[in-house]
Amino acid sequence: MMEIMEGSHAVAHAVKLSRPQVIAAYPITPQTHIVEALADMVADCHLDAEYITVESEFSALSACLGASAAGSRVYSATTSQGLALMFEVCYNVAGMRLPIVMTIVNRSLGAPLSIWNDQQDSISLRDSGWLQYYAQDNQEATDLHYIAYKVAEDHDILLPAFVCLDGFILSHTYEPVDMLTQEQVDSFLPAFTPYQRLDADDPVSFGMYATPEYYMEFRYEVDQAMKRSLKAFSAAGKEFAELFGRDYSAPVESYRLDDADTALVAMGSICGTAKDAVDEMRKKGRKVGLLNVRTFRPFPDADLAKALSGVSRVAVLDKNISLGAKGAVALEVKDALYGSGIPVLDYIIALGGRDVRKKDIAAVVDLAEKNQGDLFYGLRKEVL
Amino acid sequence: MALGVGCTARPGRAKDNKTGSWRVFKPKFDSEKCSKCGMCMTICPEGCIREENGLPVPDYDYCKGCGLCAEECPSEAVSMEKEEK
Repeated sequence: MMEIMEGSHAVAHAVKLSRPQVIAAYPITPQTHIVEALADMVADCHLDAEYITVESEFSALSACLGASAAGSRVYSATTSQGLALMFEVCYNVAGMRLPIVMTIVNRSLGAPLSIWNDQQDSISLRDSGWLQYYAQDNQEATDLHYIAYKVAEDHDILLPAFVCLDGFILSHTYEPVDMLTQEQVDSFLPAFTPYQRLDADDPVSFGMYATPEYYMEFRYEVDQAMKRSLKAFSAAGKEFAELFGRDYSAPVESYRLDDADTALVAMGSICGTAKDAVDEMRKKGRKVGLLNVRTFRPFPDADLAKALSGVSRVAVLDKNISLGAKGAVALEVKDALYGSGIPVLDYIIALGGRDVRKKDIAAVVDLAEKNQGDLFYGLRKEVL
Repeated sequence: MALGVGCTARPGRAKDNKTGSWRVFKPKFDSEKCSKCGMCMTICPEGCIREENGLPVPDYDYCKGCGLCAEECPSEAVSMEKEEK
């Protein structure tokens, strides 16, 4: 049923429909509305889950780790500094192959202190072994949670997943969202079947130490599971599309790329603005298209290279910066297109919540056509 | 050790980790010089020197090559030799 909902509340409702058995989270702006709503649902007996209140994000994800190892479907949500505090536990969750789903309401990292949106937080965990899916709008933000659980819990995958949505831009915005019914979600996402679990009658320890003779093999297996998950994502997306009509099966979504000279590449809510900007530029006869990267981990390099094979240049909009290098998305795109001869230009944009308008997207395309890139877009004059 | 998904292990399997691989220098025991005093067995922090007919027998699966046995042996019957792997 179509409803007008705040993004956070839509996500909380989708999480409820996913039937998590344990939730542990610590409130932090701009994630707070999600966990507040879930706490209300548990308190009001609308959601049959254990809600563990904790004193920090480190404890939140640690509680989730234990609950997942004990065999529960587990949920958490965080952002920015909270995710930074979870850093150590994130690596452990992935190494122990625990399929926790966590919403990341993307926010910049301090210093300087900023509560506003960019994608530096989840990008900073790119090497941790968590799947990373980025939502373009609130409909996708809700639907990706069902798909994330389906992929993460697949016994051939067994990896945790971030579902990322841009802080405030999506989380605090009211949009129409077609919310599935419990029966519909149940038909797509069956009850959680743990691959293995903590059991006093059949004892097992998780996350044991590995000597130098074995450590690399564990990392190799996580990497292999990551790569296998691309197919699982597409399969889950296709099944979702067949059941409910919305298709997220493509790890990268092409928009008006067929005869494009300049291809924009972006992730998350900026893609909505970019599509409108592309439409306006197309009306003026400019051959511009967009590639929306839906799965950043694993990075769909083959899909991306195929989608961009016919373009003359690529302009990447990075809402993050690997300081001393480039934006993380641009680095991946350059790797995927290596040897193709297609120039890849990077634009660091919208850090710390700076607004991106259609005219900014058009200005980036202007720069790319003049072969001017690898820069911070729209910097104040006093630092130049 | 077994490569269980999620780095899992059943109880009592820590001994599957053969920590002898950490060793750089390997202790060599000279039974001719040995006075059978038992100091090496007492001092070994890994507890991996056992006694057979009064003589010390090291377990190279777990000896990390710390060299305490060689350092403390009053008869200088233990020598540390660089181990090629």
